[in-house]
Amino acid sequence: MRKLLGIGLAAGAAFALGGIALNRGESINALWVLAAGACVYALGYRFYAAWISARVLAADATRATPAERLDNGRDFVPTARWVVFGHHFAAIAGPGPLIGPTLAAQFGYLPGVLWILVGSVLGGCVQDMVVLFASTRRDGRTLGQMARDELGPVGGLAAILGTLAIMVILIAVLGLVVVNAMKHSPWATSTVFATIPIAMGVGLYMRVLRPGRVAEASLIGVALLLLAVAGGGWLDHQPALRPLFDHEATALAGFVIGYGFVAAVLPVWLLLAPRDYLSTFLKLGTVVLLAIAIVLLRPELKLPAMTRFVDGSGPIFAGPLFPFVFITIACGAVSGFHALVSSGTTPKLIRTEADVRLVGYGSMVLESLVAIMAMIAAALLDPGVYFAINSPLAALGGDAHAAVATLSGWGFPVSIEQMQSLAHEVGEATLFARTGGAPSLAVGMASILSGVFGAGLLAVWYHFAIMFEAVFILTTLDAGTRVGRFMLQDALGHLVPALGRTSWYPSVLLSSGLVVAAWGYFLYVGVIDPNGGINILWPLFGISNQMLAGIALAVVTAIILRGPRWRHAWVTALPLAWLAIVTSVAAWQKLFDPSPKIGFLAGARDLAARLAAGALPPAKAAVAGRLIFNQRLDAALTAFFLVVVWVVILDMLRIAWQRLRGAAVPPSREAAYVATRLEEGARA
Amino acid sequence: MPERAAGLARALLARLAEILRGAAGLDRYEHYLAHARRAHPGEPPLSRAEFFRRDEQERWSGVRRCC
Repeated sequence: MRKLLGIGLAAGAAFALGGIALNRGESINALWVLAAGACVYALGYRFYAAWISARVLAADATRATPAERLDNGRDFVPTARWVVFGHHFAAIAGPGPLIGPTLAAQFGYLPGVLWILVGSVLGGCVQDMVVLFASTRRDGRTLGQMARDELGPVGGLAAILGTLAIMVILIAVLGLVVVNAMKHSPWATSTVFATIPIAMGVGLYMRVLRPGRVAEASLIGVALLLLAVAGGGWLDHQPALRPLFDHEATALAGFVIGYGFVAAVLPVWLLLAPRDYLSTFLKLGTVVLLAIAIVLLRPELKLPAMTRFVDGSGPIFAGPLFPFVFITIACGAVSGFHALVSSGTTPKLIRTEADVRLVGYGSMVLESLVAIMAMIAAALLDPGVYFAINSPLAALGGDAHAAVATLSGWGFPVSIEQMQSLAHEVGEATLFARTGGAPSLAVGMASILSGVFGAGLLAVWYHFAIMFEAVFILTTLDAGTRVGRFMLQDALGHLVPALGRTSWYPSVLLSSGLVVAAWGYFLYVGVIDPNGGINILWPLFGISNQMLAGIALAVVTAIILRGPRWRHAWVTALPLAWLAIVTSVAAWQKLFDPSPKIGFLAGARDLAARLAAGALPPAKAAVAGRLIFNQRLDAALTAFFLVVVWVVILDMLRIAWQRLRGAAVPPSREAAYVATRLEEGARA
Repeated sequence: MPERAAGLARALLARLAEILRGAAGLDRYEHYLAHARRAHPGEPPLSRAEFFRRDEQERWSGVRRCC
């Protein structure tokens, strides 16, 4: 039976993937992509994950988990498996898997789809599951603590520094995505602004009016958010109100930076927690809605399977297919950030080790499916429209007329009238050069959703999608700033003990200010960059996220190597090796590639030479100094990431070498075995 | 037969609602109450409002959300 299922699934996957790969020249239906995904995920979950759980991790259902042993009714609570699954999925799924595939569609949909499927099944899902398992066996210790325990102080420090750096880059790039979605769009700006008082109202309701009544407060909040989307459309037609929400990118960046600081120092109950409830419901609801709509609509993919830009000449970001598709799509295939949630929070809810496969591997399968849906939403647009929305004008010749000519010359015909009528339909002034992925994804999502749930509502669905992404992004921005603040306070506390007190207000203000200044700087430079900033920041984010995954995989590989089943360490060593190659090559190219579009140092040199020769237009010359400095700073940061991840990998290889030589390896530090007293089978 | 199908659908929906409640953390006070009665019988448990205040602050002191 088991074999028959496996053969059936493998045949299904091969058939669907073969259909996609061989179907050159004609457009293909999105259902093929979903079918291929479903078969690959089912194979991975049913066989590979089950084998890892049984043979590599030796998950033991008779062993009491920390949730049972340390049950305190708050963070340690034995929880039913599907509830933990939902909880964990809501924690790992953010804007990342929506944006990465949208940008990577520049190469065509095929490379991205293959990497999302293979990367998740063999890499990302495995990482999440094994980290979750390791942390569950260690009383819910965090990745940083496990790195220190299993690798030593150097590995521990590297993991913490890596986390802090990735947080800064992540928040900057997400801030840039929101800014680009709001730029000169009163509808989007007013809707995004409205989410803030709505969240605060929900917070006050839950705190003061009806304490602890989260469900009813959230329901009211979601209703208000939908009202805000509609209200933004009304406001967009009021000549008196419109200018209040029509802003330049620099002003909006200033707003996001100020907002980030205020949100980080406000008490969590007022803004962060209520908005997180709202975004959780929106997230789960929208994912389900989108999946249903794709199945009902069965859209054709208009983007070619592979575009000419696999050679590295793409307008959205520069760099060839290898290694950059693997960097651009981090979340959705492998995301190092997940290791932070898989250690620390979720393990304290795991009721039995038998649930680790569903929660760790299964949640990541679902996130990967979200990435596939984002790719479908990008690929169903006319390629000309897709490139016109996502490319900075500087990469297409400078203005809309040149952009249309350039794109048509590349074989992606599009006209100014077509762009204008689409912009009009979605209720925007223009859709040219709306880089960052959010507007393009919103157009894709809006055309799917309005195709099924109400034609003619394109503009409302578009701004619903923008609001949905913004709510995610602002949550990540607050939560990330806060985590950065705690880490910084922890570090500063070693120097000046008073600064380590997390609730001492001067320390809160100082450390929040430092974290916000760090990401605010990258956000600001991204905004003033005539090339749109995304083409620099997104690869940097991808590299840092994949390097964090490298660190996490190195830590769990060391854990497996220290245990009795060390011969199976290839399960995590294989994705680690791939990530080490991909990120090292990508980092090397970002550092030293002679093309100024790819290499940071070459970019800085090129700009400096043109500035000295007086060859820059005055607007660009005014900011060139800052751009040059920024490219050098980006280079230094990339080098730092490269060093950090290799320090951790070499630390792990030291243990592998001892194993292979047959030397004694000190065992890994698991909590002692205690038999479970929970009865079998009582689960939701 | 239709009653059985309706019953099945109702049970499925109820379970889905339960999962959603748990995933969003709406049942945390109930968990706490159960724990308090089991582990500290005799002591009066915190009220819903008191628990909510303390819990919310604690829950946001670590990495809870990804990208």
